[in-house]
Amino acid sequence: MSTDYVIVGSGVAGIAAAETLRAHVPGATITLISEDPAGFYSRPGLAYYLTGVIPDKQLFPQSAEALRALNLKWIQARVERIDTQACCLVLADKRRVPYDRLLLATGARAAAPDFPGGELDGVVTLDTYDDARRLVQRARRGTHAVVVGGGITAVELAEGLHARGCHVHYLLRGARYWANLLDAEESELIEGRLRADGIEIHYHTRIRQAVGTGGRLTAVETESGTQIPCKILAVAIGTRPRLELARTAGLTTDRGILADQFLKTNVPNIFAAGDVAQVYDPLTGQATLDTLWPTARAHGVVAAMNMAGTPMIYQRTVAANVTLLAGLPTTIIGVLGGANDDDLVAIARGNSETWLATVPTWVVVERHDVNRIRLMLGDRAINGALIIGDQTLARPIQRLIDAQADITAIRADLLAPGADVLALLHRFWTEWEAAHGPVS
Amino acid sequence: MSIDRNSLIFDLTRADVLATGQVVPDPPRCVQCGICSYNCPLGLDVRAYAWAGESIADSRCLTCGQCVARCPRGVLHFARIGESI
Repeated sequence: MSTDYVIVGSGVAGIAAAETLRAHVPGATITLISEDPAGFYSRPGLAYYLTGVIPDKQLFPQSAEALRALNLKWIQARVERIDTQACCLVLADKRRVPYDRLLLATGARAAAPDFPGGELDGVVTLDTYDDARRLVQRARRGTHAVVVGGGITAVELAEGLHARGCHVHYLLRGARYWANLLDAEESELIEGRLRADGIEIHYHTRIRQAVGTGGRLTAVETESGTQIPCKILAVAIGTRPRLELARTAGLTTDRGILADQFLKTNVPNIFAAGDVAQVYDPLTGQATLDTLWPTARAHGVVAAMNMAGTPMIYQRTVAANVTLLAGLPTTIIGVLGGANDDDLVAIARGNSETWLATVPTWVVVERHDVNRIRLMLGDRAINGALIIGDQTLARPIQRLIDAQADITAIRADLLAPGADVLALLHRFWTEWEAAHGPVS
Repeated sequence: MSIDRNSLIFDLTRADVLATGQVVPDPPRCVQCGICSYNCPLGLDVRAYAWAGESIADSRCLTCGQCVARCPRGVLHFARIGESI
């Protein structure tokens, strides 16, 4: 009898797992259950749809034929619970789906508004394709919109709404944007670009409540008593892993579903991958959350290999993300340290908890107008970097961080006042690459 | 018709690029947004190559650079054929 593989979730972790399973157990029955009627799409790409860079249909990476070729049994339904004794899933319509190996790739959802009035029509979050479509329909030219939150998604919402012709107010609870990752100059760089676009930033502004009539949003009331009239309030204060299924099934959870290096949970034959998985790192002894697309894809592949009976350890790479912040390409790599961010109540999308680890670090900054490189130097290696604007050195720096390249030869020069950081790095990289070979 | 020297140099350079250059993805940076495929003047599915981690090996690729320039995450770059960076 063939093994029944069941995947819950149609995001990148789920699809990567399905592809891997199909490649390694060609005859297996693979069922993919997704609550999301849109199926598999580029969630990070929603930002580019919002700004009008691509049409919505471009968000779907796989053609219908390509998905059919995977020969999945695709069920669009909400899973109500997992019966771990009987090894089956119970769907909302009471159908039962048996499994031999189960992967939970249920992702994360936007944290609910942490102020009264969050249920009003017009208060929105950005999780899914449908969310983005509805937001575009609401965002008519001249509409007043308020964005609250932090991280990448908040700025994407502000820029998207602005691109659709809305008058956008961006409320920051503190003195600056993304205060737990960016330094003050980097925050100012992004804020300046947003302001230049016409987005109105309100500092030290907390929402007391969303105000409405007849169930519809009409304004945001701040804690100082000011009312900002608006028809849209976009909330991006972080994401929370979708843990309900795991918790009711008795899986061990913390901030996410706890998984070991093989992506196994504490319950036999159940695995976790993607934004929902909080994966153990033997190097630090800690389990961390990541909300990064490439990490989710890698989780899906490794979980599937282990489900298929080929033991594979999830090899962490240095967490990195590349994004556009106010039109500026920004690469975030490795450990950058950081404190709390008032604008976030939970981990933002496109983020890694490992970025905020604290290690002894010397900071080197190279500034050129909108181009900026910040290096976090350890005793022997570069621990982290944040590169805004020109990305020429992003790939080399990432490689040096990944490899923990010994930079003691240039460390003192990098730290010297007035150092030409770009030239030093470029020369070091050229020699290092010649000795170690190009990126494989 | 006289030969325009600059035009000839341009054409020869282009021929050289076509013969020796290709577009290469850096898959871990890619989020499959599809901006590359959307802007390819020949309609090549550049994104699928990035997913597979393969160079854009389609003989129709003009190495025009639209995908390289428009990718918001710096996934794509030019490399000489046979090189990975």
